[in-house]
Amino acid sequence: MRVRGRGQVAHAQCAGAPAADKMAALRAVLGGRGGGQVPVPPPSSLCRGASAWGALQSLGQWCWGGEVAAAWAQRLRRLRLRRKNEYYGLTRERYGDNLAAAAFTLSCGGGVRFKDRDLWVRGRWRPELLQLRDVPVVAVDLSGSQLTYDGLDNLVQLRELQHLDLSGCPHVDDWVLGRLHVFQGSLLELAVARCPRVTERGLATLHHLQNLRRLDVSGVAVPSPGLVRILLEEMLPRCQVLGMEMDGGPPPERGEPPLSAWTPPPVTLGALGGIKSTAGAAPAEGLGFVPWAALLLSLQVGLGVN
Amino acid sequence: MAVGVVWRQWAWPAGMLRGGRALWALRGPGAGVGPRGRGGAAPGRSLRVAAPRSSDVFRELGPALSRLGQTLREQLPGPGGWDPQWSPQSCPPPEQADVVVVGGGVVGWAVAYWLKALENQQHGMRVLVVERDPTYSRASTVLSVGGIRQQFSLPENIRLSLFSAAFLRNINDYLWVPNEPPVDLQFQPSGYLFLASQRGAATLEAGVKLQRQEGAKVALLSPSQLKAKFPWINTEDVAVASYGLENEGWFDPWSLLNAFRRKAMSLGVLSCVGEAKSFITPTEDEMQLMARDRVKYVNVRLPDSPEQQPIACAIVVVAAGAWSGELLATATASLPGGSLAPLPIQPRKRYVYMWHCPDGPGLECPFLIDTSGAYFRREGIAGNFLGGMSPPEGDEPDTGDLEVDHDFFQEQVWPRLAHRVPPFQTLKVRSSWAGYYDYNTFDQNGVLGRHPQLQNVFVVGGFSGHGLQQAPAAGRAAAELLLHGRCSTMDVGRLAPGRLLHGEPLREAAIV
Repeated sequence: MRVRGRGQVAHAQCAGAPAADKMAALRAVLGGRGGGQVPVPPPSSLCRGASAWGALQSLGQWCWGGEVAAAWAQRLRRLRLRRKNEYYGLTRERYGDNLAAAAFTLSCGGGVRFKDRDLWVRGRWRPELLQLRDVPVVAVDLSGSQLTYDGLDNLVQLRELQHLDLSGCPHVDDWVLGRLHVFQGSLLELAVARCPRVTERGLATLHHLQNLRRLDVSGVAVPSPGLVRILLEEMLPRCQVLGMEMDGGPPPERGEPPLSAWTPPPVTLGALGGIKSTAGAAPAEGLGFVPWAALLLSLQVGLGVN
Repeated sequence: MAVGVVWRQWAWPAGMLRGGRALWALRGPGAGVGPRGRGGAAPGRSLRVAAPRSSDVFRELGPALSRLGQTLREQLPGPGGWDPQWSPQSCPPPEQADVVVVGGGVVGWAVAYWLKALENQQHGMRVLVVERDPTYSRASTVLSVGGIRQQFSLPENIRLSLFSAAFLRNINDYLWVPNEPPVDLQFQPSGYLFLASQRGAATLEAGVKLQRQEGAKVALLSPSQLKAKFPWINTEDVAVASYGLENEGWFDPWSLLNAFRRKAMSLGVLSCVGEAKSFITPTEDEMQLMARDRVKYVNVRLPDSPEQQPIACAIVVVAAGAWSGELLATATASLPGGSLAPLPIQPRKRYVYMWHCPDGPGLECPFLIDTSGAYFRREGIAGNFLGGMSPPEGDEPDTGDLEVDHDFFQEQVWPRLAHRVPPFQTLKVRSSWAGYYDYNTFDQNGVLGRHPQLQNVFVVGGFSGHGLQQAPAAGRAAAELLLHGRCSTMDVGRLAPGRLLHGEPLREAAIV
């Protein structure tokens, strides 16, 4: 018997499913997910009606088929991301590392700058770029792109990269930063501002980049920005660290990523009752003091009507 | 009934009180509904002075339904939260399962997850995970320091770790459950730094060459390069060092265990609390149909009771960690035909100490393993460090309990670490704990494959301190062996338990 989410099972109960299915569903709810989890109607996820992901999530809470649809949507998203970050192996073989990196960057919507040239190359691939086959790429601007760990395969061959801008990339995480050590000989400027998945653990791997002169970490969510800035400055003595102010205000808001593969809406069914939580999880807000409301809300978790 | 239907759909979506609601609706919305439902007396009825002689269904229906409502309210969640009487902990184990995984640590749940992920047909097999201690108070998984490295001297270990690193990197592709928050392992990609003296330099360099061949990114550093990168290291008597550049670091073992468990349960893996006590092989008259060396039932003793439940199974996977050897010995003790050769997997106690040193290494601190075997790593960003050392052979602490020997730190660990990292001369120990290595006394490497003497028992264990980091890959290899008969993702055939009996040890040089 398939173990369904709490919401879906409760809805199956409500929808007049046959008795055997109801009992199996009840067993699945109690036996499958572990006790101590409060079935809570998700207050805010339905309000995000604008985003397609939010609608799919709420569909998943209506009926168990939605969960399958959510999983398929996730798979499609991953496929698309993988295709965007494909390895430009053929280009690299035929035209060299620099042009392969340039082609990849342009396909991601970014820009490249070649050595001894001031202009940034952006937009579509142009045949004139083939003349720059032997000119090293010195700057890559991939801000806001869908770059992932695998997409970096196209860039790690650049031996004279001096400027790398990865600001606002939703899929750049600590693993990606751990790969940047290959640029230790040449990189002078690095920007990872507003990347939602970068944490102080990834920033700790930047100690390889001893030639770095400017590091932009504004908008990176860390537990104590002042302390992390001091540690970064100790780790990279010749580098100027931008962002992460010393006055120790509240940590900056994590940048809101665009529709990305695994960022769920802020409050989900699971968010309040993960496996780690104890049996006496916080009582659900929104369940009024009227016992009837509590009774029926618990039965109709899937409905999501607040 | 049309009025009732409309009322029902507008006010209350279908619930278990559907019938009652309809009837109340018939009487009108003003009827008393609530804890003191007085559906009995209709307005306008005259007062009675004597009890009615015949029972009136509709008069009694109201109080009956309100009693029903009261009962339901008591059973179902109120403002206090959900408190089911029937938690998975109190579920008795099922009477039949296709695969019984004995041991609910990270290896056991990884095997269960991969069995479900790789099966051809959804819900094609019933997998049961049996764990005797749901609090994991002595499990190696949660007491582990949580490191992952590829710097091994055996190619199979390097392959297992590389696969696991790729798995952890893409963990949400595998273990994300819809409607749940994404898995966050808190991975710190800071790398391992092995220091070698003149004596161990050749082994280290050979190891690095092999690791590079297998695809790991490891750099060799001379003492001057080491000093330039990590100025706080005392490079006296260090001949060469190897530094892992990618896919090495440390993470949170609890998150990985819970991620595996959550995803496996969402795919339909059953779990129960109990201790596997013995295996039952077919009896004499069944032996014409079934081979004698197959396990037919696993006897599981339920918690807090002497009751044992036999579970009929087709395959048993022993993933009991440090107690795999003991489990197989007791479980097969009463088999006809004499006891089997014991499996050389034993628990070995190891201590981990956490200390605070404000002048210690900064953010660049890797997981450092000294020439003497002492190791430490950074924990967080507030100047805390974790470390320990494996005691020398012959000086193993008693494994009866998990008490920590503080003198071991004072006399053995601290002097060595302070010699290597001078700022550690002033430090303050904050806490410590002990855990078990599932130590393979034969050759300190994992055991993965079919038991040589029991046809349907698979053993996955004996990783001797690197089980957590190899668990995703070991789980996949075990699942492929079980489902397809051979492991196609990586070549780990040499880790089969056959080598434990036929005497060809596969030694691992880099055991921490």
